Amino acid sequence: MVTKPESKFTRRGVLKTLAAGTGAIAATSALPGLSGFAQAQSSAPIKLGFQVHRTGIGAAYGRWYNRTTEAAVKRINDMGGINGRPVEIVAEDDGTDPKRGAEVLEKFATQHECDIAFGTLFSHVVYGSAPRAGELKLPYFVVSEGHHVASGKLNRYTLQPGITDVKSQVQAMAPFVANNLGKKVTMIFPDFAFGHDHRDFFTAAIEAQGGEVVEAIAIPPTETSFTKYFPRIPRETEVIYHVMVGPAVLTFVKELGEFFGPSSPEIFGFIDSLEAVDIKSPGLEFLEGTYFWEGNPRNAQADQSSHDKAYRAAVGVDDNGASLEDAQDVSTYSHMFGCWETLNVIKRGMETANYQGPADRAKLIEAVEAMSDMPLSDDHPQGAKRFNGKTHQTFGHQYISKVTDGKLVVEHTTSIEDGLYEDEVDYTTQSF
Amino acid sequence: MDFGPHLLLASLEGAVTAAILALTAMGLSIVFGVMRVVNVAHGEFYMLGAVIAWWVTSLIGGHPAIGFVMALGIAPLVVGLLAAAADKLILQKINYDPDRTIVATIGLLYIIQQTTLMTFGPDARPVQPPFNTRLALPWFEYGEGGFAMFWPWGLSITSYKLFVIVAAVAILTTLWLLITRSKIGLIMRATQLDSETALAFGVPVDRVYMWVFGLGAGLAAVGAVLVVPIQQAHYLMGHDPLLLAFITVIIGGLGSLPGTIIAAILIGMSDGIISVFFSPTLAKIIATLLVAMVLVFRPQGLLGRSA
Repeated sequence: MVTKPESKFTRRGVLKTLAAGTGAIAATSALPGLSGFAQAQSSAPIKLGFQVHRTGIGAAYGRWYNRTTEAAVKRINDMGGINGRPVEIVAEDDGTDPKRGAEVLEKFATQHECDIAFGTLFSHVVYGSAPRAGELKLPYFVVSEGHHVASGKLNRYTLQPGITDVKSQVQAMAPFVANNLGKKVTMIFPDFAFGHDHRDFFTAAIEAQGGEVVEAIAIPPTETSFTKYFPRIPRETEVIYHVMVGPAVLTFVKELGEFFGPSSPEIFGFIDSLEAVDIKSPGLEFLEGTYFWEGNPRNAQADQSSHDKAYRAAVGVDDNGASLEDAQDVSTYSHMFGCWETLNVIKRGMETANYQGPADRAKLIEAVEAMSDMPLSDDHPQGAKRFNGKTHQTFGHQYISKVTDGKLVVEHTTSIEDGLYEDEVDYTTQSF
Repeated sequence: MDFGPHLLLASLEGAVTAAILALTAMGLSIVFGVMRVVNVAHGEFYMLGAVIAWWVTSLIGGHPAIGFVMALGIAPLVVGLLAAAADKLILQKINYDPDRTIVATIGLLYIIQQTTLMTFGPDARPVQPPFNTRLALPWFEYGEGGFAMFWPWGLSITSYKLFVIVAAVAILTTLWLLITRSKIGLIMRATQLDSETALAFGVPVDRVYMWVFGLGAGLAAVGAVLVVPIQQAHYLMGHDPLLLAFITVIIGGLGSLPGTIIAAILIGMSDGIISVFFSPTLAKIIATLLVAMVLVFRPQGLLGRSA
């Protein structure tokens, strides 16, 4: 927006405004309940703009990101808020749409006057929004899994401290696939940034293990029927690696089962293909004995930590990963912990930086960049993390579960070191 | 996969697409043929059919077949009545003016879609098929030992998908008989040929329009009820069927029922086969190209009469 330099003030206008202003000040001081502005600032809530996929293809994730965020904020407020100030969530639907995502950030910064923005999952929305966050100088904490943050394609204002990225996940996972399931892999993935991350990084990771990707099948995330893609799976395939998102994931997995019938290769899936879907749904029986990556085990495990127990109860999730109120309403358990942990990182960052208002945004980012090891705790119920301040990306444990009697039972937990890779960027060298 | 089994699988998938498409496009075509109304909200009536089917099946317990049969009866009826009411309350009021009906049906599209979003929610919800057995299909090959039968990997269809094809054929045959052999059909055809003369002969054109609009929407809903056990009910699912139905109707000739069937088979099969052998995007590109070619070289469509 360009404002014209010439002044439009007239003597009459100025006088009017002054008169009105004086009246308003007089009115406020006359009201006994209203205290002065300076004091209001210190106890005013810290506003977190929550960019949420309420509608569009990410709606199921959005619903659970919302519940997790509310639970996390309630816990933070119960513990006294941040720097003595309560935390307030300003949620806006982005429609799982990159264009809308950028507009939502704009609203957070200018209309709602939020301190920071956070919460986005779908990688195309992150790609669409992050440049705007940089322009607005609005710290933007994403919970997305995409490699976009650590790849260096974004900017100093975008951070991912709560969830491991795809590159790290697949690198940690590949040895298990190659050693236990097979070396000739056919990949089926959604045809957008997140799926391409899977394709590129898993291909490299499995080759490092002496395996190969024999076919890579990209499917648009809005697709509704899938059988037509499956004949491209080569006969020599030993392992199917599937990861799918969008409203039709149940159809996808069902048709995969119908395609193979009794003679299927080994199947290794990212739980994304079944997030928010009951694994006992009719037609999914064939998944028994197959493997899944899980970001956070959906079924409470035998060795469940007290932290997971507390987190599960706070969000309202039962031992099967479904809502306490409705057993049909299955959570996105492998992703939503990221909201919880990110909010706790924001809290710590704001406390370290003694964050007072938007002027301290750069200090907040520097405080988060200075973080490193985060132990397993109530703040980090998914597991320990190691944050890399240079790449703005966190690294954590990954879980490989086997479907056993309709439950996901963890077979293997990767170490943080399994998922580390060389830095591709140093955001700390960029200016604010 | 070998070429033969691959082609068979592609054709079967294409036949399912064609069956659903024929029903949806037929609804659009009848409405245009009789009323000269381009119904942009057609896809939303389709979506509504699927959502109501989910609602009915989730209310009724017991064997999934009971809920499904109920849905097959209730969903098209409710959608048809709703469309008839929309015709009475909106389209009649604007006198079926071509420009204004397009704007009005676009408005209807958003009203239905957003109302569904606000009530049904943004999630995709499954409907259980009444029966669903995986049928592995054999393939024959001439080898050293003469003809041999074998079971190729992945060559299969489910009994429910076969049922969709059969059901669509049965419904379309019934519709055909209704239009060509019954008095209702006669009235519809009279209104289509010349509504003013029909009115002069005592045909209640307003009411015919209302029920034809309802019938068109009901056909879309039938297609949706049939497809929802394969896919899932979702508030944005009306978009693709609308585009494909328009493509089909334009290629077949607006208002021509046999043309619509032929075009549906053509588009459905080519979509199945091209997307299996090449890519689904290419299938859409070719379908759109076909529309452009038809519009350039035969604007009235394959079997349409020139206006």
